[in-house]
Amino acid sequence: MQHVVQYLWLIPAVPLVMAGIGALLKRERRRAAAGLAIGGMAVAWVLSCVAFVASLGPDSFRATCTVKWFDLGDASVPLGWMLDPLTAIMLMMVTFLALLIFIYSLGYMAEDENFTRFFCFMSLFGAAMLGIVIANSLLLLFISWELVGLSSYLLIGFWFEKPQAAAAAKKAFITTRIGDMGLLLGMLWLYSKSGTLLFYDNGHGCLEAASLARLAAAATLGGMAVSTAISLLIFAGAVGKSGQLPLHVWLPDAMEGPTPVSALIHAATMVAAGVFLVARMYPLMSAGGHLAALEVVTWVGAITAVFAAAIAVAQNDIKRIIAYSTISQLGYMMMGLGVGGVAVGMFHLITHAFFKSLLFLGAGSVIHGCHGEQDIRKMGGLKKLMPWTFATYAAGMMALCGVPLFFSGFWSKDEILRAAWIWPSSPVPFCLGAAGAFLTAFYMMRQVSWVFFGKPAQAAGARAPAHESPGVMTIPLAVLAVFAVLAGFLGTPAWPWFQSYLNGEKVRFEPAALLASPQLNLMLVSAVVVGVAFLAGWKIYGNVAAQSLRAMDPLQKALPAFYRLLENKFFIDEFYGATVVRLNTAFAALADWLDRVLWTGAVQAVTRLTVALARFDSAIDELGVNAGFDAGCDGLRGAGRGLSWLQNGRVQRYMRIAGVAFSVLALALIWGCG
Amino acid sequence: MNTIPILSILTVIPLAGGGAALLASGQSKTSRSIAFGASLLSLAVAAAAWAMFDSGRGGAQYVERLAWAPSLGIEYHLGVDGLGLLMVLLSALLAPFAMLASWEIGPNRNLYFALILFLEAGLFGTFTALNFFHWFIYWEMGLIPAFFLIKLWGGPRRTRAANQFLIYTLAGSVAMLLAFLALYAATGLFDFEELARLARNGGLDSALFAKLGGSFFKSRETLATVVFFGVFLGFAVKAPLMPFHTWLPSAYTEAPAGTSMLLTGAMSKMGVYGLLRILLPLFPGQMRAMQTPLLCLAVATIVFSAAAALAQRDLKRMVAYSSINHVGYCLLGIFAVVRITGDAGTGSADRAAALNGVMLQMFNHGLTAAALFYFVGLIEMRGGGLRGLDDFGGLRKVAPVFCGLMGITLFASLGLPGLNGFVGEFLIFKGVLPLAGWAAAASTLGLLITAIFLLTILQRVFSGPLPSRWSGWKDLTSGERLTLAPVMALMLLLGTCPQILMRVANPAALALSKLF
Repeated sequence: MQHVVQYLWLIPAVPLVMAGIGALLKRERRRAAAGLAIGGMAVAWVLSCVAFVASLGPDSFRATCTVKWFDLGDASVPLGWMLDPLTAIMLMMVTFLALLIFIYSLGYMAEDENFTRFFCFMSLFGAAMLGIVIANSLLLLFISWELVGLSSYLLIGFWFEKPQAAAAAKKAFITTRIGDMGLLLGMLWLYSKSGTLLFYDNGHGCLEAASLARLAAAATLGGMAVSTAISLLIFAGAVGKSGQLPLHVWLPDAMEGPTPVSALIHAATMVAAGVFLVARMYPLMSAGGHLAALEVVTWVGAITAVFAAAIAVAQNDIKRIIAYSTISQLGYMMMGLGVGGVAVGMFHLITHAFFKSLLFLGAGSVIHGCHGEQDIRKMGGLKKLMPWTFATYAAGMMALCGVPLFFSGFWSKDEILRAAWIWPSSPVPFCLGAAGAFLTAFYMMRQVSWVFFGKPAQAAGARAPAHESPGVMTIPLAVLAVFAVLAGFLGTPAWPWFQSYLNGEKVRFEPAALLASPQLNLMLVSAVVVGVAFLAGWKIYGNVAAQSLRAMDPLQKALPAFYRLLENKFFIDEFYGATVVRLNTAFAALADWLDRVLWTGAVQAVTRLTVALARFDSAIDELGVNAGFDAGCDGLRGAGRGLSWLQNGRVQRYMRIAGVAFSVLALALIWGCG
Repeated sequence: MNTIPILSILTVIPLAGGGAALLASGQSKTSRSIAFGASLLSLAVAAAAWAMFDSGRGGAQYVERLAWAPSLGIEYHLGVDGLGLLMVLLSALLAPFAMLASWEIGPNRNLYFALILFLEAGLFGTFTALNFFHWFIYWEMGLIPAFFLIKLWGGPRRTRAANQFLIYTLAGSVAMLLAFLALYAATGLFDFEELARLARNGGLDSALFAKLGGSFFKSRETLATVVFFGVFLGFAVKAPLMPFHTWLPSAYTEAPAGTSMLLTGAMSKMGVYGLLRILLPLFPGQMRAMQTPLLCLAVATIVFSAAAALAQRDLKRMVAYSSINHVGYCLLGIFAVVRITGDAGTGSADRAAALNGVMLQMFNHGLTAAALFYFVGLIEMRGGGLRGLDDFGGLRKVAPVFCGLMGITLFASLGLPGLNGFVGEFLIFKGVLPLAGWAAAASTLGLLITAIFLLTILQRVFSGPLPSRWSGWKDLTSGERLTLAPVMALMLLLGTCPQILMRVANPAALALSKLF
């Protein structure tokens, strides 16, 4: 394992180099660009398989590798990576999905002008995401985290000519950056308190016992443990990235990006980075028995799960429905981490990654087949026209809803609900989770009825009839469908391989665990919830497929006010627009005003004062100094004039004066002496 | 090592080159070539100094000392430590870059290029001089060419901007001069190193009081504080620190692109450099006493300038405000390090981190901001004088390379990891958080708003539908690409391998951090 981990950096490095080469390619080199990206990701996948096999070995649970980045003071700043089961399983998932989605993009993006650039950005994304996964240093994780944000920005705004796409890209970057500021502060605080950002470093890492004990023992504001405060700041980053309340607003808008992007980034991997971060920092979050941070994680997750599922009920854009579903499922994952620990949350992350990318790619296939149409009310009857897409989509939908026994979502969601059931702090998260499960099944039934059942819609009018997508798109769908079903069997209560693997234990086969209480009861409960929701959805929407746009949603007829609330996403965007955005604009205006008026005014006042002082000075000069000076001058001048009369150059006068003087002198002398 | 007076040579090259460029009368192309050649030559000399720099030592290197007027405490004393060398290299890099940006500048080209070289000489002198006497000459020598560059080649409101720039900066300089005369009167010293030594032993305050104290200055503290403020004002205006910044937006906006590049890239660093080189070693006690208000001003500089940038509609003004914001992080780092913490060991490490961050930020901001002004200059040139945020749109379609490279620069400016801006800001925050947590937390607001307005530029100028009037917009020419290539390469290189700069910065930061 130790010799494998030394080369682990290659896994993100290969796609990164491919992205770099891809960035330099000319626009026409389409095949080369796609080849580079797919080849790079294939290499990364193979390497990940090697790493995964190594992590299965019995010799050690975790191996790390550290390198110096730069000197700092008397020490240096290290970066490092590691291999442990959490990393290995994420590596497998990310590289495999990325590879499938890259291949799918060959078909989906075939017509696009900027095909070359697309694959460059996708490779960059893959590299950054893999960097997060292998990081053994919060700093390296943060660097990759920001690069993931960058590639997400680039890909959401990929169709930059659409103003909505450009706006959505900016919104995504800014909203996640709000959370990232929390992450940055948490990271720096952790750095200053533990002296290192390496997670595991032979006992000196920040997630190891000595450091955790120190952090848990120190207290900060309000008696909160420092470890809890840092955890909460770091969780803020996860909230932003994983679209949890209240920073979820960017994720639905991110659907402006091309569909493979939505699948890869905004469903399977990037948004899961937040969940992964919490899983990675789990030792800190639970340090010293302080569970406040995990309680916050649980509550945020549980509320998000229901909240987003409710919104999904009243959306009409096929991708937006899945986007809200993603937010809701991410909430489940957070809740799973909070109530049940790393294995519970991560299991749902993995199964969700498969079925959600399946659903997104299926939706992409539908949009592709319907010539760009995204409104589910304009679709209908696609079951016959797009049989492959329908079959795989159905598999994904049942996995998402948690149809019992045969679909992966059932097992992973069941784990979360079971952990919530026995959570000592409060029974509410369990109820929220169950309600969310009901809503999930309901909105998926609504969507599937409208898209695939009924008669083909006529509303599209002049558009050509829908068609099945090419093999390059349907084959990845089929592969994903298989995984969406099978992934669940890795972590059933009877054979909890996944949980044992993550915790470094030996797996045991115990079929009896399935029948133990509360396991069996909870399985029955979730089966009933899903069944009832399916029935309700079918009852309401099964026969209303293919309507004109003007027709009201049956739910809208029944509960207009409530529907309006859901349709407008609880008016959160409007609320932010009226508060945060307006505050920001006002603050900018204030800063500008301060500059233009106050500071400049102050400077001008100083200037005026200086000028006034100068005037005053000159007045003093004129009246005081000058007046006296002038008078003196006049005196002098007068004296001079008088004197000058004596020296005016007239020789006769000199002679006369000299003569007179001589006479006077002579007289005086004579008189005086005589 | 000291046989070749490398720093004197460095300063003489642009002076001689400037003179030659002026004398090549009537031949604007010849003088331009002479000037560009001189700037490249000084870049080569600076690079040689960089390569031979011994990173094992903290103090000044390449020292030159010549008696000048010993009776007056005046000595020709040059030398660079890591801080000075970083700034020398930055100035040497930016001068040719700025010349290329103004390659086709209008009338009187001889004078323009000569002035750029004189400005460069002023920068070199400021960053290498260790005696106040000639340091101050260089300090002012940077100002005069800048004034004429704005005044003669600037935009429509250039006269007002140039006057404001000159008077404002001069006011700061006068305050500083008076303060230094007071220091001289008290100690008979002009040498920075000797003054710093005196300050470290606590002799500066008492010497000041012994000579100048009396009926007017009742206490030692008041007198030292007054002198401190005199020096401080000179640097606060130059950097700038709010509220001494109002000259900046109009000066940067009205100046021609090449001049703005030097103003923001190198000249604004003179202020930060002075704070590190002079104020911090000479007046640590006064800075400590004033720490909270100073930190408040630094946070205000960061947050308010970012917000003000968001409110601008003129791209050049936006970039100007963003410059204030970025220099604000340097000021934040400097003001935070004077704090005494309970734990001496970690406190020293935090200080070293913050000071390293400040130095990296100085260098990296110089590079990035200059590149941004270069891009805005290109936009202005292609847009026929237009440079409003809302005058453009969709340019990415016709100018993908332009958009890509400007995008990289914008992301470098907002501190994206992997590009040069991140490491400096990270280290500043790493150092400041334990020293002054509230200031670090409040300043993250600046980081956030910076991202908003920088992305707004990308959104408004490059995305959306392309207006038909810009359909003939030219992408970067090969000459422009060639100009940008070294800058872009440096941004990536310094972002991924900050050790290149840390090799030189760290010893200097470590030495400074041990002052306390």
